[in-house]
Amino acid sequence: MAQHKVNYLADGGEAIKLTTVDKIVNFGRSNSLWPMTYGLACCAIEMMAAGGSRFDFDRFGTIFRASPRQSDVIVVAGTLTKKHAQFMRRLYDQMPDPKWVISMGSCANTGGMFNTYATVQGVDRIVPVDIYLPGCAPRPETLQYALMMLQRKIRREPANMAQKAKRLI
Amino acid sequence: MRAYKPKNDLQKKSYYNDRFFVTPQLEKKSVFSDSTFSADYLSLKNIVDIQDSYIQLDHLVIYINHTDNLKAIKHLKSIRAYDFMMELSAIDYVAQRGGFEIFYELLSTTKHKRIRVKTFIREEQAIESVDSLFRMADWSEREMYDMYGVKVNNHPNLKRILMPDDWHGHPLRKSYPLQGDEAASWYEVDQIFGKEARQTIGAELRDAACVDRYDTQRFARLGHEVPKGVEISEGNEPNTPIRYQEEGGVQLFGKKLVTPFDEMEKTVLKERR
Amino acid sequence: MQTTNRLKPFFENITFDREDNTMVVNFGPQHPSAHGQLRLMLELQGEEVVKANPDVGYLHRGIEKLGENMIYNEFLPTTDRMDYIASTSNNYGYALAIEKLIGVEAPRRAEIIRTMLLEINRIISHLFWLATHALDVGAMSIFLYAFREREFAMDLMEDYCGARLTHSAVRIGGVPLDLPENWTTDLENFMSVLTSQIPVYEGLLTNNRIWRMRLENVGVISKEMAKSWGVSGVALRGSGVKWDLRKEMPYGLYPELDFDIPVANTCDSYGRYKCYMAEMYESMKILRQLIPMYKKSDSQLMAHAPSYLSASKEDIMTQNYSLMQHFVLVTQGMRPPVGEVYVATESPKGELGFMVVSDGTPYPYKLKCRAPSFWHTGLLQDLLPGHQLADVVTIIGNLNIVFGEIDR
Repeated sequence: MAQHKVNYLADGGEAIKLTTVDKIVNFGRSNSLWPMTYGLACCAIEMMAAGGSRFDFDRFGTIFRASPRQSDVIVVAGTLTKKHAQFMRRLYDQMPDPKWVISMGSCANTGGMFNTYATVQGVDRIVPVDIYLPGCAPRPETLQYALMMLQRKIRREPANMAQKAKRLI
Repeated sequence: MRAYKPKNDLQKKSYYNDRFFVTPQLEKKSVFSDSTFSADYLSLKNIVDIQDSYIQLDHLVIYINHTDNLKAIKHLKSIRAYDFMMELSAIDYVAQRGGFEIFYELLSTTKHKRIRVKTFIREEQAIESVDSLFRMADWSEREMYDMYGVKVNNHPNLKRILMPDDWHGHPLRKSYPLQGDEAASWYEVDQIFGKEARQTIGAELRDAACVDRYDTQRFARLGHEVPKGVEISEGNEPNTPIRYQEEGGVQLFGKKLVTPFDEMEKTVLKERR
Repeated sequence: MQTTNRLKPFFENITFDREDNTMVVNFGPQHPSAHGQLRLMLELQGEEVVKANPDVGYLHRGIEKLGENMIYNEFLPTTDRMDYIASTSNNYGYALAIEKLIGVEAPRRAEIIRTMLLEINRIISHLFWLATHALDVGAMSIFLYAFREREFAMDLMEDYCGARLTHSAVRIGGVPLDLPENWTTDLENFMSVLTSQIPVYEGLLTNNRIWRMRLENVGVISKEMAKSWGVSGVALRGSGVKWDLRKEMPYGLYPELDFDIPVANTCDSYGRYKCYMAEMYESMKILRQLIPMYKKSDSQLMAHAPSYLSASKEDIMTQNYSLMQHFVLVTQGMRPPVGEVYVATESPKGELGFMVVSDGTPYPYKLKCRAPSFWHTGLLQDLLPGHQLADVVTIIGNLNIVFGEIDR
């Protein structure tokens, strides 16, 4: 009888598949996504309107947290400039795993209409992005749809996804 | 020989200019057509040497020497009751005249009039700060220094304000490209990840109309002749032969009118391949 | 999982290294008070601010340089993104500057529609100011109420031009679209809702002991400081200077409209708060006068200036010369006269000015946007010393600064 020495914890524990536990953990994670308030420019206003009473964000279980240490999702809403880029990376690094990034609006996706010297051409040059949300500014309903897509994405993932490195671009 | 593109003026130019079109000029009225402005002009003439003056679109425009700017503005503020300075900036004429034209936009709330004081300095020269008269110049002159590189004397805090402190170059100059020079394009990558990461992250995508057939998500299905669901990757494209819809014969006339088309036999297509 | 990068942790946030024991606090470019990217470096002696150094530029997108490389009509949607809370006021300021440069006047109905949009934008901006300022100071329910009212106004804007936030609702020479059916009825409904709700906000805040204690004698801007810093808008009127461009140097339809300018003599944040609330009533007064004026105006929407402006869509689709001229104007751009123009309008934040230097080509030689919030932020370095740390948040909120404008 062959003795296979399987290292069950390698690669973020990929060899172990947990099914119901996965589902429960992902249910918890997706239904209580706490975004960090990272409104940079015009899209921030739409993000705030999404948190207002007409397009209520609280029904998804999201509570806007000010500190990166207490949030899961960072919604990059607005133009990222080169002066600000290092702070964005710092805040992303300060978030604990598991973390996700929603890039909201054209400026965060690709630099948008500001094809100039001072704009980072897409926030995915700095952080790995999970959901891209087009629009200038996208309606609050679009942001909620993006959040629902993120929830679906989270439910698909195995529960120990945190250990796997995300590719940067 | 490649075309000579002047490096000192990178602003977009119109690609077609009509030979016979004479550009109209905005009307410049004489200073004496308005009583308030002529009083201002006459009293200012005694204080500083005025090179040129006219009224354009309800503004009195006065050209002075750059050494006189503090005197002129002090006179306008204290004696002629121009109590607000609304705007202060520079216009880049380095390519044409070798310097900058600095303008000060003043407003009088009692007389409801606006005045524009303009002065020309050469690129190497410095201009005196008007911060002692109007505190708004603190930030406006910093912005002027940041964007144009205009040196200001006696300024409390002449640092960059809109660009990062270690930025190279002065962005609003005509010689600075809109999309940024080499240092600008790698600024954030160098600062966060270091020069080694330039290769992994790749250059910025500045061409808004660029369509990449082999991108990560295969969003662009260029070439509709590739059937749906087929894997396309560079060097590995499946060959879809050209087919015409009349190959089976034309209705009513049958196959007589159709010469059969075979892609491999055609000389033109062979060359293209 | 940490990917390696060059950023080292820095603990400059709070240091006690100075000889006189002042604490340096960095109010970083990201903070939860909803004002955008302001970095304030404060030196505190205990709880009191000794020195303040605002650092801006974290939203500098190069709008002015972008304007030098775009034709005049193309730049209009970019102006939307400057003061992104009341977009039409920027568009209008720019359109007015270019109209003055080319010597064209918009027809009456266009002016009426533009003024209506401007006043709705003023209400939107003041409601946003109230919501975020109250949220910062601590009155969080006002945020939700004011945003609910804003949704009505944004619905009106959306019915007109299709966008909630970045409108581009006016064009150089007029407006592109006429008001939809029943828009004026919706506007009247909105105004009746607002008239019943603003007293609710005032009832919650104006005589509230906590609100008064937080706002009175905080952020006192003396008249001399205001004039020296080029402060304009409500911050100036809160310091006792009765200066509003709509009344003093009127443009557009304002000479014909009857409204008051609220002024406060107390120079502090509470006075400015009262001015903002009163201005919302004045905007509604203006809107009520505009609705019957609209009904009586005749239907031309864009000015007639064939060398600078395209003809109407019907003419373009049917007349050949209109089509040719439109083609040239869109591909090459209009060529205004050589000269300079500076036009200032009263945006909800203050005096928004556009300085356009034209050299006859389709691209402006220089385009400078005079944004009021730029100097209101600079004012912080002279205003904050002497205040407590909690007042810093109140003052920043009260001055109504928008970073899209400051950094352009």
